[in-house]
Amino acid sequence: MSATTSFKVLRGVLITVVCAVISLPIIWMIAAAFKTNVQVTDPTVGLVFSPTWDNFRNVLADGALVHSFGNSMLVGVVSTALSVVVAVPAAWAVGRFRMRRTGSIVLVARIIPAISLLVPWYYMFAQLGLVGSHLVLILSHMFVSVPLILWIMIGFFESLPVELEDAARTDGLSAFGAFLRIALPLAAPGTASAAVLAFIFSWNNFIFALILADERTMTMPVLLFNFMSYASTDWGGLMAAATLMTVPVLLAAIFGQRFLVAGLTAGATKG
Amino acid sequence: MTTTTTARAATGPGKSTRAAAPSGKPFVTFEQANRRLKWALLAPALGFVGLMIAFPLVFTINLSLTDAFGAVNAGSSYVGLQNFTDALTDTRRFWPAVGRTVTFTLGAVVLETVLGLALAMLMRKAFRGMEIVRTILMVPLLATPVAIGILWMLILDPTNGIANHLLGFVGIPPQEFLGSVSQSLPTLMLIDVWQWTPMMTVLLLAGLTTLPEEPEEAARVDGANAWQRFVHIILPMLRTTILTALVLRGVDALKTFDLIYATKGPGGGSDFEAETLNVYAYGLTFDYQEYGLASAVLVLFTLFIVAIVVVLRRRTERSAS
Repeated sequence: MSATTSFKVLRGVLITVVCAVISLPIIWMIAAAFKTNVQVTDPTVGLVFSPTWDNFRNVLADGALVHSFGNSMLVGVVSTALSVVVAVPAAWAVGRFRMRRTGSIVLVARIIPAISLLVPWYYMFAQLGLVGSHLVLILSHMFVSVPLILWIMIGFFESLPVELEDAARTDGLSAFGAFLRIALPLAAPGTASAAVLAFIFSWNNFIFALILADERTMTMPVLLFNFMSYASTDWGGLMAAATLMTVPVLLAAIFGQRFLVAGLTAGATKG
Repeated sequence: MTTTTTARAATGPGKSTRAAAPSGKPFVTFEQANRRLKWALLAPALGFVGLMIAFPLVFTINLSLTDAFGAVNAGSSYVGLQNFTDALTDTRRFWPAVGRTVTFTLGAVVLETVLGLALAMLMRKAFRGMEIVRTILMVPLLATPVAIGILWMLILDPTNGIANHLLGFVGIPPQEFLGSVSQSLPTLMLIDVWQWTPMMTVLLLAGLTTLPEEPEEAARVDGANAWQRFVHIILPMLRTTILTALVLRGVDALKTFDLIYATKGPGGGSDFEAETLNVYAYGLTFDYQEYGLASAVLVLFTLFIVAIVVVLRRRTERSAS
């Protein structure tokens, strides 16, 4: 009995320590965004100080950040929406017609280093006059999200009982009708988690936009990177920008934790 | 893998009962229902991914055999395997980059697996505040790597960072961290561990919850202590999940770019101290326009990753059967 109690206490302490180690850097980032530049570079100023909105005011006054926020949103939303349209029916086909081998070809997309694709893409899209456009960013981000959604949704459709669709087909629906009317509505939670993950992956993507975007279409991670290169002393501004970047992700983690765990682990606990 | 097998096992017998059902009406399976449908549904996804890969692959392999340099559309001539011999005999940039890539990946992934597994075991049984802890775990693995890199540069700043300030409390002298040649790679590994250990925990926790409880209970009745149960019962049952998680994380760790490039810049620092293969290939391509050599490095890098994945997946399949 006492052994169990002491285990529980030890476990509580360890988990608390881990949570502190994980969350303190993020808290430090958010705190730094509210500090003056003198306070940011003074490590004796901890988490107790009078906050200022100046950093946010400064980075938002510079239209580039707002503009790149818009670019990231546009590219993220459109690439995710198109990927869902393309990948969800494909995932159902792989799951229902048991074509896992065909489906796993898409895994190759996960394995290949992105950089080995970037030069040819650049060349290819330069010929088409598309480099620097939103379209090229959307296409490159879809290259990540189509395999991701496909992978998550194959597992999801395989776990749905096929009997429901069989019943619908005996009642006169076609196989495709059974997909549209039965499987698709049942797969809504899985689709939602896959879509949110795909959006976050797009939101975080750095390397594609680093090469394929121009001044006009630059996404937030690239802007943040450029911002650092020539304004490396403005830690407050950098942390304000980084905080703004992290807010959507934090909201997703807080409100969609269960969904996201289901999505992230879908590919892993299955083969 | 476990789930797949159960899912297949579940549909298997179901099918045969249906086929044998004496309903009088011949039952048409999905496969028979529409052969064309499946390809119609698959074509857009496979076509898109295929096009985005096939052309670049051919293009890169072709480039790796040429002396392409400078402008993308400048002329070039075939030089055979010259770029490959150049890369493979380069002990100044190529081989050190290979070494750093392997060191970074092995170090980070091993630590992440051990810590992730320990944390997953701690969180296995429900406790108060579990939901909050799970939410906290999600934050680093969803956060933007570039933002994370910049954040850690602030924390680890040699003169003004909080890290050295805290180390001072326990009597450790200030460290250079990312500012030093020898500490850069280990520091980057630790940042990677901070960001990705939660991912390992989430994956392994999912695997742990699918394990049956009976074997462990039986061992407990037989008098096995917690450590023995972990080593002899849980670890073997969790093998497939661990290997799958290793493949997923390992491939991503090998390709780590955002964090290294954001914190160390082109070339992984002035002495190339954090230059991994990915950063090296990026520099060759976009800073030096050495397309031929860069393509050769990328072909070698891709082959290397594919080899690792194939070996690990074979092990996964063997341990699953």
